[in-house]
Amino acid sequence: MSDGTGGYHAHHDMGGEPAGPVDRSTHDYAFWEKRVDALMVLLSAPERGLLRVDELRRGIESLGAYAYDRMSYYERWIASITNIMVEKGVLSQAEIDARIADLKARGVGRP
Amino acid sequence: MSVEHSHGHDHDHAPPPDQDGPWSDYQYLETAVRELLIEKGIFSNDDVRRMIERMDSRSPARGAQVVAKAWSDPAFKDRLLADGRGAVEELGIDIEPVRLIVVENTAAEHNMVVCTLCSCYPRNLLGLPPDWYKARAYRSRAVREPRAVLAEFGTELPDGVAVRVHDSTADMRYMVLPRRPDGSEGLGEAELADLVTRDSMIGVSLPKTPA
Repeated sequence: MSDGTGGYHAHHDMGGEPAGPVDRSTHDYAFWEKRVDALMVLLSAPERGLLRVDELRRGIESLGAYAYDRMSYYERWIASITNIMVEKGVLSQAEIDARIADLKARGVGRP
Repeated sequence: MSVEHSHGHDHDHAPPPDQDGPWSDYQYLETAVRELLIEKGIFSNDDVRRMIERMDSRSPARGAQVVAKAWSDPAFKDRLLADGRGAVEELGIDIEPVRLIVVENTAAEHNMVVCTLCSCYPRNLLGLPPDWYKARAYRSRAVREPRAVLAEFGTELPDGVAVRVHDSTADMRYMVLPRRPDGSEGLGEAELADLVTRDSMIGVSLPKTPA
């Protein structure tokens, strides 16, 4: 998008953009959101070194403007963490897809 | 599933925590990734639990303890402003291995903190950031019209007070050292800490005044 000076900046780089009022309502983090946060901290711990904060951000920023605006904060995080784990060969997309199918087949996550 | 999220609808987001399932695609993704990482021995289920317990144990009370100490002990305040991380470690608080810059509010200058690019925040001192800190309105406007944003938080500053906005990065975190309230002379550190709010350490509001 234009930065008003004839240049362009990436979607996430929103400092100075016009925007509406600050919505001060907050939510308690769901347990799955805390687990996403824990995954990031564990993967980035020095003894593992599998994910750095700048890598997480690069993954979030490359989700694209459409997704960025529609996904919640920890949805962006788990999407980025997953993509980076696949990029690094720690996990494969096939095994992730298979595990999700297995969870659904077992009825996990249904009320 | 793919995580490109390119479809033209948004029904698959997580339900609010008080709503019974079904899980969103992202909850399935989190569970699949976590289970696989545990099975590969990257970390254990216990590691995840301990990390969440550590996260839950952090709150703005830690930051308030640091502020109250700085208000009570001028030498500590000097060290805190010179080397935030070192001073916080003196108090036995575990702190992220990134630079911590503490900025002091005075009669002439008010500081506030934002992360325009994402959500960097002194989590070890304040806990997880509030939702508005991570959302578009605050990130966009804090650097362009900070006084208007402050007014939305009910914070009106005299015209002569300069406002400085600090934009965090992945490598450095900011915390505001609020101005010690008038009428707080003679209070002990614990009573002083009760006056310090999360928002006053982000710099969007002022500390409470003594009853």
